[in-house]
Amino acid sequence: MGRYVIRRLLQMIPVFIGATLLIFVMVNVMGDPIAGLCGDRQCDPATAAQLRAEFGLDKPLWQQYLTYLGHIFTGDFGTAFNGQPVTELMASAFPVTIRLTIVAIFFEIVIGITLGVITGLRRGRPVDTGVLLLTLVVISVPTFVTGLLAQLLLGVKWGWIKPSVSADATFGELIVPGLVLASVSLAYVTRLTRTSIAENKRSDYVRTAVAKGLPRRRVTLRHLLRNSLIPVVTFIGTDIGALMGGAIVTERIFNIHGVGYQIYQGVVRQNTQTVVGFVTILVLIFMVANLLVDLLYAVLDPRIRYA
Amino acid sequence: MRGATHAKWAACAVAVVLAASACGGGGDGSSSGSGTVSASWGDPQNPLEPANTNEVQGGKVLDMIFRGLKRYNAETGAAEDMLAEKIETSDSQNFTITVKDGWKFSNGEAVTAQSFVDAWNYGASLKNNQKNAYFFGYIEGYDKTHPDTGTQSADTLSGLKVTGTNTFTVKLTQKFSTFPDTLGYAAFSPLPKSFFSDHAAWVSKPVGNGPYSIGSYTKGAQMSLVKWDDYPGDDKAKNDGVTLKVYTDNNTAYNDLLAGNLDLVDDVPAAQLKNAKSDLNGRYINTPAGIIQTIAFPFYDPEWNTSGATKVRQGLSMAINRQQITDTIFQKTRTPASDWTSPVLGEKGGFQEGLCGKSCDYNPSEAKKLVQEGGGLPGGQVKISYNADTGSHKEWVDAVCNSINNALGNDKACVGNPIGTFADFRNQIGQHKMPGPFRAGWQMDYPLIQNFLQPLYYTNASSNDGQWSNKQFDSLVNQANAETDTTKAIQLFQQAEGVVRDNMAAIPLWYQNGSAGYSDKVSNVALNQFSVPVYNEITVN
Repeated sequence: MGRYVIRRLLQMIPVFIGATLLIFVMVNVMGDPIAGLCGDRQCDPATAAQLRAEFGLDKPLWQQYLTYLGHIFTGDFGTAFNGQPVTELMASAFPVTIRLTIVAIFFEIVIGITLGVITGLRRGRPVDTGVLLLTLVVISVPTFVTGLLAQLLLGVKWGWIKPSVSADATFGELIVPGLVLASVSLAYVTRLTRTSIAENKRSDYVRTAVAKGLPRRRVTLRHLLRNSLIPVVTFIGTDIGALMGGAIVTERIFNIHGVGYQIYQGVVRQNTQTVVGFVTILVLIFMVANLLVDLLYAVLDPRIRYA
Repeated sequence: MRGATHAKWAACAVAVVLAASACGGGGDGSSSGSGTVSASWGDPQNPLEPANTNEVQGGKVLDMIFRGLKRYNAETGAAEDMLAEKIETSDSQNFTITVKDGWKFSNGEAVTAQSFVDAWNYGASLKNNQKNAYFFGYIEGYDKTHPDTGTQSADTLSGLKVTGTNTFTVKLTQKFSTFPDTLGYAAFSPLPKSFFSDHAAWVSKPVGNGPYSIGSYTKGAQMSLVKWDDYPGDDKAKNDGVTLKVYTDNNTAYNDLLAGNLDLVDDVPAAQLKNAKSDLNGRYINTPAGIIQTIAFPFYDPEWNTSGATKVRQGLSMAINRQQITDTIFQKTRTPASDWTSPVLGEKGGFQEGLCGKSCDYNPSEAKKLVQEGGGLPGGQVKISYNADTGSHKEWVDAVCNSINNALGNDKACVGNPIGTFADFRNQIGQHKMPGPFRAGWQMDYPLIQNFLQPLYYTNASSNDGQWSNKQFDSLVNQANAETDTTKAIQLFQQAEGVVRDNMAAIPLWYQNGSAGYSDKVSNVALNQFSVPVYNEITVN
């Protein structure tokens, strides 16, 4: 187990280097970011040259990358164009997005798995067909449509929520955006759970448990659900990273100043330091989440061992 | 029993969602107090220093917390004395400026001649990386403090001299009769001593001398400005304060306005323009701003610099149906242009409706004829470049191309050439790599005809992106700048504009309006010529 974790952690190093290098190159290919800093007017050459030197943009790309990597290990993610250190931007953005992700994952787990169990146990019944149809609709409608509709109906027409989230972005305010963000994954979780439950329902250990006379609830929760959760946990685990990075659309619609907002600003202003910094952290989160998922397998199914 | 259990589960989940969203709706609804106005805002691109702010969002804040020597009248655009007691000159080159007594910064420090001179020296100095440094380019000694290459040999402008507590002199490198009228621009604002002594603290919470002071500022999220009670000027704030909220998407801001969550939106999204009037029940403003959109040409490309190309440019101009495009695509928030300035200047300020003449009237048959006479389109096709990331430029570029194609009877005569980001667009313009005409927008720095012509068309001027050069134009501009009589100076500028017209140095498209919407909680909302709301005049009902 310990050796497995260490091996997985070591594997992160090349992934980490490769990912940052790729982003670094991609952002740089877009051209000189200083050109856009002065608006519709050409920056005067002296100031432009000095800004370029200040942000290290006058050096060759490989040198910029090495300096950047060197700085990262000392916790210095560079400075955004508005003079703020990127770490400061992260400190304000990540808590917000993590809250949003928690809300989204919460809905995925509670609603998704509940619906999945209900439909899985009643395959072919009207409930099952209804939920299946519903998930199909949710999956096929893009997030920005769901988001804009929710904002328009709940926020503007009915006045149940505020159309935008305040700067504090409390859990209460994030419920609707979280639900919107979770919607597509939620539908997948429902379908995954349903299939898995329906399959395992006919397995020997369930029949044995029922034959032993265990209460139905215990059979469902301890025996059936626990074994059916493995694919679902895999999906939810990888979804954590996807949700954090994919929040760009949802965050923009509800004006949430999280990671998506910062990355969007960084891309529009071609701010290499912001984009690379945030994406680096996202890559790390993604990898750690994946590792945790793999470790969780053993908890769900003790037969799984790590070498 | 089984059914009951599951039903209970589902009911609980629904209850949780409903209860929680109710919390979201009923939560902190008190962000805008009784007398404060909440308004939409964008994250400023640069640190908030007067000489470093070149976009509207940062400019809004500077307009609230700073007052300069002059201020542009929100209705007429005329430069009126604010902190300036008097600005005297006998030769349009040497100016003596007297600052009014009794003005203070909101931290109590007096505004003196030194406050201005220090601020201007800071702005002009190369080592401070100020993006608006070129505003000080007319002052003697600028080439020493801000050389084009290399390091600066002086830290202060030799043309600035403090002659008394409240007086200082300015010496320019050339005659510039309308120089005093440029002093209303935010880059010329005075700065307190704390700006220089503790710069980092100042930038995180700027201190100025305007009707508002900054209460709190969370970068990237929100700034709350509070009325400064001891403000000595006569344009005191008529509300208790303004809360600027950062929005990434103007659609969200607009929805917030409709839901009563926001009082003022100064950028109504294009898609909503059609409904804005009825949605807002008349609380919708659509007034001209000092912005003109043009199509510029790459004169560094020999194919566009032939003798016949003038006719081609005129032909292209005639092939564009401006009225139709502004009516349908922009919902009349833009006005077809008939000169190269802006209506906000007024007749007296040099705006001349119809100066462009027949060249700006839609005339497809004449257009086709002119293009043929001029030797046809260079390369057989024009590509109009634009940045695709912001400003919904695609719609109108496609419409312009459509109009040109119809007029010339050739489906491939004109195509749009989208460029991914604004930075890359500017980059390619700067490197003179444009494959053909490109969109150009000009938002005035100050309401002067000079500002619509000199930076854009003077040889090697800062925003002459197409590198157009014309001796006659240059000499007329020089004469105009040297002319002490304002009326005559404006006439000379208009003659220079005539040269731009005769050569069709750029195709004028339309003048842009500012659009804003406000809630029924506020009144007296207006936009100035820079399409920035006049915040201090807004009253809360």
